[in-house]
Amino acid sequence: MKRPFVAIAVLGLGVAVNAAAQDAAVEQRGKEVFDYWCSACHGAGPGKPGTSALQALYNGQKPALLEERTDLTPELTRSFVRTGVTVMPFFRKTEISDADLDALAAYLAP
Amino acid sequence: MALPSGVSQRDFDRARLAFEAAVGAEWVFTSDEDVALYRDAYSPFKGESEERVASAAVAPYTVEEVQAVMRAANEYRIPIYPISTGKNLGYGGSAPNLSGSVVLDLKRMNRILEVNERNASALVEPGVSYFDFYRYIQEHKLKVWMDCPDPGWGSLVGNALDHGGGYTRTTFRNHFDAHCGMEVVLANGDLLRTGMGALPGAETWQQYKFGVGPWIDGLFSQSNFGVVTKMGFWLMPQPDAYLTGTVVVPRYSDLIPLVDTLNFVENSGVVNGMPQLGSPLLGGFFNPIQSELRELIENGASTDELEAYARRQGAGYWSCTLKFYGPEKSIAADWEWCQDKFAAAIPGATFENGEQFRFPLSTEEIEAITRGQALGSRNSTLPEFGIPSLTMFSIGARSATNPNPTEGHMWFSPIIPRTGEAIIEANRVFSEAARELDLPINAVGFSLPTTYWNRAFIYLFGLPVTKDIATNRANREKFERLVKIVAEHGWGEYRTPPAFQDAVLATYSFNNHALRRFLETLKDAVDPNGILGAGRYGIWPRHLRGGRV
Repeated sequence: MKRPFVAIAVLGLGVAVNAAAQDAAVEQRGKEVFDYWCSACHGAGPGKPGTSALQALYNGQKPALLEERTDLTPELTRSFVRTGVTVMPFFRKTEISDADLDALAAYLAP
Repeated sequence: MALPSGVSQRDFDRARLAFEAAVGAEWVFTSDEDVALYRDAYSPFKGESEERVASAAVAPYTVEEVQAVMRAANEYRIPIYPISTGKNLGYGGSAPNLSGSVVLDLKRMNRILEVNERNASALVEPGVSYFDFYRYIQEHKLKVWMDCPDPGWGSLVGNALDHGGGYTRTTFRNHFDAHCGMEVVLANGDLLRTGMGALPGAETWQQYKFGVGPWIDGLFSQSNFGVVTKMGFWLMPQPDAYLTGTVVVPRYSDLIPLVDTLNFVENSGVVNGMPQLGSPLLGGFFNPIQSELRELIENGASTDELEAYARRQGAGYWSCTLKFYGPEKSIAADWEWCQDKFAAAIPGATFENGEQFRFPLSTEEIEAITRGQALGSRNSTLPEFGIPSLTMFSIGARSATNPNPTEGHMWFSPIIPRTGEAIIEANRVFSEAARELDLPINAVGFSLPTTYWNRAFIYLFGLPVTKDIATNRANREKFERLVKIVAEHGWGEYRTPPAFQDAVLATYSFNNHALRRFLETLKDAVDPNGILGAGRYGIWPRHLRGGRV
């Protein structure tokens, strides 16, 4: 009687492991997109105008580094990338594709 | 989506199908949401009906796809506007001059086809950014530098074609001058290679610029005669060392021999880095002018009053930092020789030794340089070492001293003669213009030019783009007025946003606009249907010249 249950449980675990691997791959891709497209402005260290701008905007109320934020919903990330803000331009789909933007949004999401 | 003017829906649909057949449907963008990404992020027409917007975009991956797109565009008379990486911010971004154009987005063509360390040259496609190229030479541990502009996300090809400048050795700072050989798709889809690239089997495409006959590469810069799909560049071999030294002179009138001597040491090839003119009175790049000096300038202080102010500050009046790349012993001797020349030309000149580096730079040195650049120090910056960054955006981005950032800027950038007299005259003219046009005094009034090039000075002023339509309209009018004011003095822009390209070309009017008439003759010959880059740098096809023939 237990055998069918075990089989179903193993199958479920396989799905879960597979989904976790997919999530990790998406996050890894999201980090690559961040490093390539975002870090020159929003990375750590000196000379990063995006990080400096967010420091000036939030004055410590929120982290200046995007990678340390816990409130960046995927919708918010998509909105900033596709509409820009102040001197930050928006990015075309030949630069950041929808799939890459999804990965970036997942990487920055809480 | 707005159709291109004069194009029927049926023809546009057919062209779109042809574009899709050429590049794949996923790389033809027609939805409003996608096409909006081809607006100029710094457009001075934000929120106005005059904003120049695309009707669609098509993004080829190969030169054959570019050719197929151009053939289809010719068949259906679709206006096409090529961009490389689309990051020409402050000079037009990714938007066309003519609304309704289909943007030909070359970002996907991002192959670094060759980097030849032995010949210090490279061949790249238009989608390659300075960041891409820097990563490549780092990963391959190549001992060559690519001269880069301030923002590292721009295209090597696009920047050179728009006459961009950089910060390393004299030979490489003019990016168009530093190119060698092009591949160009013409408006009819034909494929052309310039220089030695025209000779099948030649191994010298990136070694000798001219081939035989007229050198036509210039026709494809700031123009609309072809789509550049490959471009060769000369690279700077990594030097042994770098040295800076600063000359400080006491009097206002010393500016004239200061520039003359600078010209001599640069044109002699002894100073090979980008010199930096300054004034100890002005402080660093981001530092506001002290209130006493501001008051003096605003009140039209005399030279004697300004010199007295300089003496009270215990500072000199002008400074010039010289920069040298080369063998350590040689550049130390070069700096000594320069001190002799300046001391002989300018009584009272004093000298300060500056920075010294050996290459490659350490991680700690790069971080210290970056930190200094971000703080606006007068020390050397990353591009002087061929390192691309986006640090320059610190100027416009929000900061403690700039709590209300703008929505962008438009560069006003006139070329003036390389003399002290011209700087003095330019400051007089800009001060008058600042009063007439109500421009902020620290934008114009006590300004020193940039020295990308060793034969002429350039002034760079960023006029802000805001969210307010009335302010943007006023700033556009001020920009157009500035174009006319400087032209009255024989000065002209080296580069300008699309909104002002007609006005700027109109100032290059010798002999009843002979230059424009020649360009229009060429346009009609090489692009008889007038489909490519209509209006770019004031070159319009016959049917869009508003009756001018």
